[in-house]
Amino acid sequence: MSSAVSVSSNENTWGGGNKPMNASYGKLMMWFFLVSDGLTFSGFIAAYGFARFKFLDSWPIADEVFTHVPFLHGQELPMIYVAFMTFVLIMSSVTMVLAVDAGHQMKQSKVAFYMFLTIIGGGIFVGSQAWEWATFIKGDYGAVKTKGGNILQFVDSHSHHRVALHDFAHKHHSDRVQHQETNGLWFYDEGTLPPYTIEEVIEGMEASPSLLIRTQILDENGHKTVLSREESLNVLKTHGKSIVTGANLYENEYGVPLFADFFFFITGFHGFHVFSGVVLNLIIFFNVILGTYERRGHYEMVEKVGLYWHFVDLVWVFVFTFFYLV
Amino acid sequence: MAHQEHDLTIFRGLIRFKTITHKIWGVLLLLSIVTAIEVALGIYKPDVLMTYFLNMKILNWIFIMLTIVKAYYITWDFMHMRDETKSLRRVVVWTFIFLVCYLVWILIQEAGYIFDIDSVDYIKRDF
Repeated sequence: MSSAVSVSSNENTWGGGNKPMNASYGKLMMWFFLVSDGLTFSGFIAAYGFARFKFLDSWPIADEVFTHVPFLHGQELPMIYVAFMTFVLIMSSVTMVLAVDAGHQMKQSKVAFYMFLTIIGGGIFVGSQAWEWATFIKGDYGAVKTKGGNILQFVDSHSHHRVALHDFAHKHHSDRVQHQETNGLWFYDEGTLPPYTIEEVIEGMEASPSLLIRTQILDENGHKTVLSREESLNVLKTHGKSIVTGANLYENEYGVPLFADFFFFITGFHGFHVFSGVVLNLIIFFNVILGTYERRGHYEMVEKVGLYWHFVDLVWVFVFTFFYLV
Repeated sequence: MAHQEHDLTIFRGLIRFKTITHKIWGVLLLLSIVTAIEVALGIYKPDVLMTYFLNMKILNWIFIMLTIVKAYYITWDFMHMRDETKSLRRVVVWTFIFLVCYLVWILIQEAGYIFDIDSVDYIKRDF
């Protein structure tokens, strides 16, 4: 008798359908995935911290970089747009929990409605991020890169506000054309030519006495160092090498190249998560509409995809802090 | 599934919500307030908070702490961690916290070392 009992209990243990820690297989696996994915993001953010502490005295100031808000051109409004993005993502998290809750109550149309709102929120967020990237890549003032790879920015001597290259550089006619694959070696081409040459910028600088140069070195108050007029001209003439506008993976007009590298990499990886979250939400949304979970008898799938969606929000909270606030 | 019990309290039982929906909106309000505080501090940067504590500005410590507060409420209430068993909570949270603490410590430590090495005379970056 006793052997028969133990056999049947073995079947219960190993035959499937068990719920360790009171969570179903799918939910548990989602949690394990989120832990590992969270560690991936932590690795990236810790690496960002590494780069930042390595360049502790010359890291770009985020408040001077991300100052743009759509439709409010030319105004310096740090934090506003990114706060909006954060709010959109938190809001879409709320509609997601409401969808999960409606799922617990087996209300099909309510689940579909809240899932729809969540998808819209995700779409707005990804769109905003694309806009933020485009603005960052385009840049706004332009700067000069030195032989050592440092960035020299131009500021007004009174206000210490940055001055754009096109406001003072003397544009000459130039015969220099962009080298393309079609008119030379097929494996060699070059990027877009900068709008000015270094000589044109030097000439413009000499002609405008109110201009000073700002280096990327931070003083003890956390402001960038502004050089005197003589030093400015001297540094520009002896060290200045090329023009940088906007940001790419090699250089950016705001300072240390790693700043843009990590920005593209981490917000890009996060944005990809949001995008895949929206795709997953869409799939589940159509399943809800088709009545798949109604037939299945429970809406646990909404709960699982919800966990992923909240995780994306959770990561953003940290990205927000470490890229824009700290 | 349908009869899952929800813990409807936050702040260790200080605030008790009537339904799960009320709790969700309550947590949204809390997260919004915390974000608003962060944004306000980020824009105005009060001078009092610009002094250093353990090699970092007090303002930055506040930002990191507020972020962890937000992370707690997102995990506990939006991801329903509050309703999971204690063992699941610990498996997820402590594993994560332990590994992240190690990662952050080793990377920041080494970054400080490289910063010091870079500021030695014979490495020249100012050209």
